Amino acid sequence: MKRITIDPVTRIEGHAKIIIQLDDSGRVAGTEFHVTQVRGFEKFTEGRPFYEMPGITSRICGICPISHLLASSKACDAIMAVRIPPAAKKLRELAHCAQMVQSHALSFFYLSAPDLLLGMDSEMASRNVLGVIAAHPEMARDGIELRKFGLQIIEGLAQERIHPSWIVPGGVASPLSGAVRDRILCDLPSAKAIADRTLSFFKKALDNYKDEIECFGSAPTMHAGLVDRKGNLQFYDGELRFRSRSGEIVEDAIAAEQYADWIAEASLRDSYLKAPYFKPQGFPEGTYRVGPLARMNVADQCGTPLADAEFVEFHQRFGSPAHSAFLYHYARLIEIVHALEKIELLLADPQILEKQVRATGGVNSLEGVGMIEAPRGTLIHHYKVNEEGGITWANLIVATGHNNLAIGRSVQQVSERYIDGNKLQEGMLNRVSAVVRAYDPCLSCSTHALGEIAMRIQLVDANGQLQDEIATP
Amino acid sequence: MPKKKLSIRIDGELINAVEGQTILQAAKANGKYIPTLCDLEGLTPVGACRLCIVEVSGTDRLFQACTTPIQDGMSVITTSARLTHDRRISLELLFVERNHVCAVCVSNGRCELQSLASAMGISTVRFAYNYPKLGVDLSHPRFVLDHNRCILCTRCVRVCADLEGAHVWELTSRGIHSRIVSDLNQRWGDSRSCTNCGKCVQACPTGALAEKGYAVEEMVKRTDNISSLVERREVQV
Repeated sequence: MKRITIDPVTRIEGHAKIIIQLDDSGRVAGTEFHVTQVRGFEKFTEGRPFYEMPGITSRICGICPISHLLASSKACDAIMAVRIPPAAKKLRELAHCAQMVQSHALSFFYLSAPDLLLGMDSEMASRNVLGVIAAHPEMARDGIELRKFGLQIIEGLAQERIHPSWIVPGGVASPLSGAVRDRILCDLPSAKAIADRTLSFFKKALDNYKDEIECFGSAPTMHAGLVDRKGNLQFYDGELRFRSRSGEIVEDAIAAEQYADWIAEASLRDSYLKAPYFKPQGFPEGTYRVGPLARMNVADQCGTPLADAEFVEFHQRFGSPAHSAFLYHYARLIEIVHALEKIELLLADPQILEKQVRATGGVNSLEGVGMIEAPRGTLIHHYKVNEEGGITWANLIVATGHNNLAIGRSVQQVSERYIDGNKLQEGMLNRVSAVVRAYDPCLSCSTHALGEIAMRIQLVDANGQLQDEIATP
Repeated sequence: MPKKKLSIRIDGELINAVEGQTILQAAKANGKYIPTLCDLEGLTPVGACRLCIVEVSGTDRLFQACTTPIQDGMSVITTSARLTHDRRISLELLFVERNHVCAVCVSNGRCELQSLASAMGISTVRFAYNYPKLGVDLSHPRFVLDHNRCILCTRCVRVCADLEGAHVWELTSRGIHSRIVSDLNQRWGDSRSCTNCGKCVQACPTGALAEKGYAVEEMVKRTDNISSLVERREVQV
């Protein structure tokens, strides 16, 4: 029995390692996907005032702090039992769409483009964002511009690009100025053109990835995501819907506070990441996926014209539901188009400039749940407080958690397809990492490692003897 | 009777001061900066933070500027390598003693401890963090006490005693176990002597005492209100 360890998995957010067990003939016998950090937010926030939770939990991640701010603030809104002002809701949604654009742009252009544009087997030393800048400068520039557009909206609203404290329990801290709105509207056409250009390019390039589409996590699973009452894709509001492997709606209109009736969490022996599952089907049969691909599968349509046209084409090409994890990239680009359209709609609404943006209140409920669609999938914050507002219990189900089991299975599938244990080739191991990247997992925090990180892949036999090794220079 | 005028030197510059002033008061009156955390105009100085230490010619001992009265002909040095070294240690020890997490604090960006550390170029500390397990008192309907952020400057103790006259706050225990307590170690919300005036909150240099409901970075302390109250108290009508 031999063992290959990929540690760390690079170009993802957070830290993970993959262990591939080989049998005596060098074939893959089993795989393990480990998330190697423990964060402890649910424990060390006990005793803190509930209204501090958005600020504390947003520190979980530097890529999508807005997601945690929103889910946490929604849970706090529920504890205060307030209805936030309409302008505040629209401003939160605007910030969320901006984050969706920047986060998806980061995933596609910075983290996955090196695999997609330069090739899975290309030279490892240049298979990173710098390699993309050298080989495809226009594409790299587009990626930087698109991410900048999203971040500049967040900065315009919240005065800070990363970890703003602007989203607060009860609404937002300050209203939107007309000047900032006009500036965003001015930059919007260029962002939409980039999204359109990138999507057209990727759709043409899909034919080059037939093999990956076929074996990158293509095993059918259930899918979950938020939709509104009309079945439109929802990022900020909406209720949870589960679709079966074959596409039927299994459960619909699950409100945030009902999540625990349908989702349970299993602890895994070899990972700090828990594995949520669909309760009625038990563990592990109730495995489901969330995120861009799941949202495309769960919704009936996006709800905006350009994205809807892409939605139809997506399902025409890959069926409904589409199962290959490689298609997360495709879904991500469609969601960028949708988010840009939503930004335009939100800014066209004069109500968004209203000055009343914050509701206040004390502890009016001892429990609150906030649920949103983060860029990587459904995010749930659930808090219990005492009468004074101190947190007594917290549960956070992060997007990547939902995908935990599915990522593990995808790693197994890709390993079986590509790994020949008798002779390691870096490109085949990169495919194992690439399927993890397709999910764009945010495994622990903002410490995302780029391609230049020191990486060592070792092939060790049963006696612990090193058989083969590849390391970055 | 007018107070006697004295001449002292601060950093070599000849200063006219008044008998009864402390070194810190004389320095402030003449536009000379000496760092401090526990001092607040109008409150009895106690020398808790040890940041206002200065050198005085003729002795090797360091003196606290906030509690040392001036003497005629005294020569004071406010800035030197030795003072910077000792002040840095004092400040670093304040950071390691409790759990100061600026990023998620209501006073982030407006904290006197944080801004002093920033001014002194402290971005990291050389000592091991103590990480004590400390509670948050949320029992008061309007205010919150977070022991994690307390530096034991006792401004709250003094403002409540000197200005409000309520004597709610006190220190309990000794050394590293010292804590601010209200009314013989009752929860703040159960205090019968607290008048809910909020002066302690405004006087607190960090986020240890804050108004409830404020998110990260939102708490603005109004120490000028305290100084203004002190001034008005002196006015005879």
